[in-house]
Amino acid sequence: MIAVLASRLVQGLLVMLTVTALAFLMFRFVGDPVQTMSREDATPQEKAELRASLGLDLPVPLQYARFVARVVQGDLGISYRNQRPVARLIAERLPATMELVLAATLLALAFGIPLGVLAALRPDGVVARSVQALSLIGISTPTFVTGIALILVFAVGLKLVPSFGRGEVVALGWWSTGYLTASGLKSLVLPAITLSLFQLTLIMRLVRSEMIDVLSTDYIRFARARGLPRAYVHYRLALRNALMPVITVTGLQIGQLIAFAIVTETVFQWPGMGLLFIQAVGFSDIPVMSAYLLFVGALFVALNTLVDLVYVLVDPRLRTSLA
Amino acid sequence: MSAPDRIAAAEPVLDIDGLRVLYPRADGPPLAAVDGLSLRIEAGEIHAIVGESGAGKSTAGNAVLGILEAPGHVAAGRIRIAGAELDPRTGRAPGIVPGRDIGAVFQDPMTSLNPLFTVESQIGEAMRHHLGIGRAEARRRSLDLLRAVGIPEPERRLHFYPHQLSGGQRQRVVIAAALGCDPKLIIADEPTTALDVSVQAQILRLLRMLADTRGVGIMLVTHNMGVVAEIADRVTIMRHGRMVESGPVREVLGAPRDAYARDLIASVPPVDRKLARFATPDPGAEAARTARAELARRAAPATPSSGAGDMPLLEVEGLTVDFRTRSGFFGFGARRFRAVDGVGFTLGAGEILGLVGESGSGKSTVANAIAGHVRPSGGTIRLRGKPISGAAQAPQTRAERRAVQMVFQDPYASLNPRLRVATTLAEPILFYDLARTRVDADDDAAMLLAAVGLDAESAGRFPHAFSGGQRQRVSIARALAARPALLICDEPTSSLDVSVQAQVLNLLKDLRDGAGLAILFISHDLAVVRQMCDRVVVMKDGRVCETAGTEALFEAPTHPYTRELMRLVPRLETIHTRFPATAG
Repeated sequence: MIAVLASRLVQGLLVMLTVTALAFLMFRFVGDPVQTMSREDATPQEKAELRASLGLDLPVPLQYARFVARVVQGDLGISYRNQRPVARLIAERLPATMELVLAATLLALAFGIPLGVLAALRPDGVVARSVQALSLIGISTPTFVTGIALILVFAVGLKLVPSFGRGEVVALGWWSTGYLTASGLKSLVLPAITLSLFQLTLIMRLVRSEMIDVLSTDYIRFARARGLPRAYVHYRLALRNALMPVITVTGLQIGQLIAFAIVTETVFQWPGMGLLFIQAVGFSDIPVMSAYLLFVGALFVALNTLVDLVYVLVDPRLRTSLA
Repeated sequence: MSAPDRIAAAEPVLDIDGLRVLYPRADGPPLAAVDGLSLRIEAGEIHAIVGESGAGKSTAGNAVLGILEAPGHVAAGRIRIAGAELDPRTGRAPGIVPGRDIGAVFQDPMTSLNPLFTVESQIGEAMRHHLGIGRAEARRRSLDLLRAVGIPEPERRLHFYPHQLSGGQRQRVVIAAALGCDPKLIIADEPTTALDVSVQAQILRLLRMLADTRGVGIMLVTHNMGVVAEIADRVTIMRHGRMVESGPVREVLGAPRDAYARDLIASVPPVDRKLARFATPDPGAEAARTARAELARRAAPATPSSGAGDMPLLEVEGLTVDFRTRSGFFGFGARRFRAVDGVGFTLGAGEILGLVGESGSGKSTVANAIAGHVRPSGGTIRLRGKPISGAAQAPQTRAERRAVQMVFQDPYASLNPRLRVATTLAEPILFYDLARTRVDADDDAAMLLAAVGLDAESAGRFPHAFSGGQRQRVSIARALAARPALLICDEPTSSLDVSVQAQVLNLLKDLRDGAGLAILFISHDLAVVRQMCDRVVVMKDGRVCETAGTEALFEAPTHPYTRELMRLVPRLETIHTRFPATAG
């Protein structure tokens, strides 16, 4: 177990080094920051001074080493756009995205798993058929269309929930949460539904096909032949086997959601990381963009490791072969 | 008859009368999987249902258990379990609960236990549901059951997950789970087919003991006549859903009246004597002989005439193969498992050498090392005197690969379902430059099909259009397409029915006789080995126990392990010792 963890961490470190290199290269090839930062009438001497003060006159490998050293200390640079530390910007935006993604994932799991099971148990039933049809819509409609449609109906038309923003937030240390206020929760509804739709569909289809496979296995036949009640066989025995791959997919999907909540956040003007990134792209705010790249890389490494560890906990076959 | 009157007077535990199970089909009339089956099983009796695949024997068992797969259903007939009649719509008999009153044991112990739940949970759950007992009581009874089925260290095993148990232990757990609520009837569907002979012998003894001491009636579905002869009291032979013959084991197996039953029993390879060939019809015999002669003619120039006179075709010396069982931390702390440990033997031209052993003995690994699929960690393999693959050497050359071809166990998995047979056969021919154009390759393919007894139209079909036996013929033709010097057959008939097995074995023999092919024949089935091989190598735990000529080995085995294996094989001939002749 410890050996697995250690080897995972080393692998993760290698991945992160590669990502850091990419993030570093971004500074060198995506425009010249000196051009962007200096006034239009700056003299060559002023530019050279600025270059020196940013450390851009040093040899490339040295620059990279300094970059890595800074990143390790949590110094992600200063945003060109609003001249504030990028690390702090991300810390401010992180809670918004995390809460949105958490809500979306819970929604997706809470509806995706039962619907998938239902579709597998009664493949010709009304529920299964309508769910299959709806899931096609869910998987093929772009997020911004669903988002705008939801805003039109529930925010503009019915005026049930706000159409943008995060509502009131409560600060818990550096973390700001919208889960504790009525307006925060109300604001969460539409973006969470929009973001969860694709994932919900994915989980539902996965659970359905896994469940159908599991139900035809010998051990489920054997459980039936022992006269165990149907509900027990389906929900306690078969579902556990069917959920194994759902763990992997959900884990990776959480990463996807955090990293690519951009569209949803833009539609709902949600003050999260995605919005931060989009604004940075508009301004070619390279420190923010490269920090975002690093963040996404670290996120996926962490989630993958987590998924592997959860697998070891859930699957006894892995547990003993690694013990 | 020492059985108490109470049992003799009671209702039979299972009484099937005129059972008909139908599977509706989209195109055509419904398929009668079981058609007019009638049988009675008394308490303490083992009734075997035998037949080849598609005979309907498993379907009959599933009907009794009420787990017929939709859209299959009971269309006619009665099933009475301990006097209670089964309702064909619900699959239940009043007062009879599957799991409580009927126990089930399925074929493959590797797949019939849920990998995510402990032994304790899987044995105990049925008892907790049916008998309403608590967790602690269920655990106590599970422990008793594990002891009853003879699992060592039952306290520890209770907390094991299925993957921590061997195949035999898993099947014991399955039987323990089936016995939990003290059922009157057990449906055992091929309970020992996936097991080694030594484990099979233990499980069979356990079933016989359950019938004798607990008065359990057992419906034993099997295709193995030896198993029937060994433990069954009565037997019903089925074919295409119909009953062919039924009666006491000694009568049916000893003197079958029906023609099909006679053929079926004649197809069973005997362990105690060698037959010249199996008495079974051979498709396309005349064309096959011509084609085989042609194969032999072509093979001749491939064998170097220069002084290779009496040199063995294949020499294996000190062959060792290690597998890494865990990768460890960047190679540190990796564990190795020695699958093959210093194995050596020789194989002459035109010889059939048997490689025998139980699962885990390393016999398939030896084959894979010779074929170049696994890299040995030590020893040498020489083909016609030239080393073809040693420790940590480069991969084999094309010529070396061509010289050794394999036929695999499962004909359903070893043919590409998307390729027509002609393409499958042309592939190796063109790859090894044995024909210049696809047209020439197709000619060769047609000749190969004739040699394995398939008609010319087969070339244009896809694998799914063939039966298991025909597919195995295609696999053999594909192996021959490369014009190998040595054919390695890894359990080539163990997934086939006996009558089909007999045909395939006849074919392999004919290929050896007609085309001078050398064969390394890997099998766990001693009866088949006796019929096929000239010499036999017996392996256990990666080492060679004994090497001897087939007749010498079977008549006078010297190694204790070989003797043990011989003793444990279920044989048809047992009926004569179990039921000494009373009337002549």
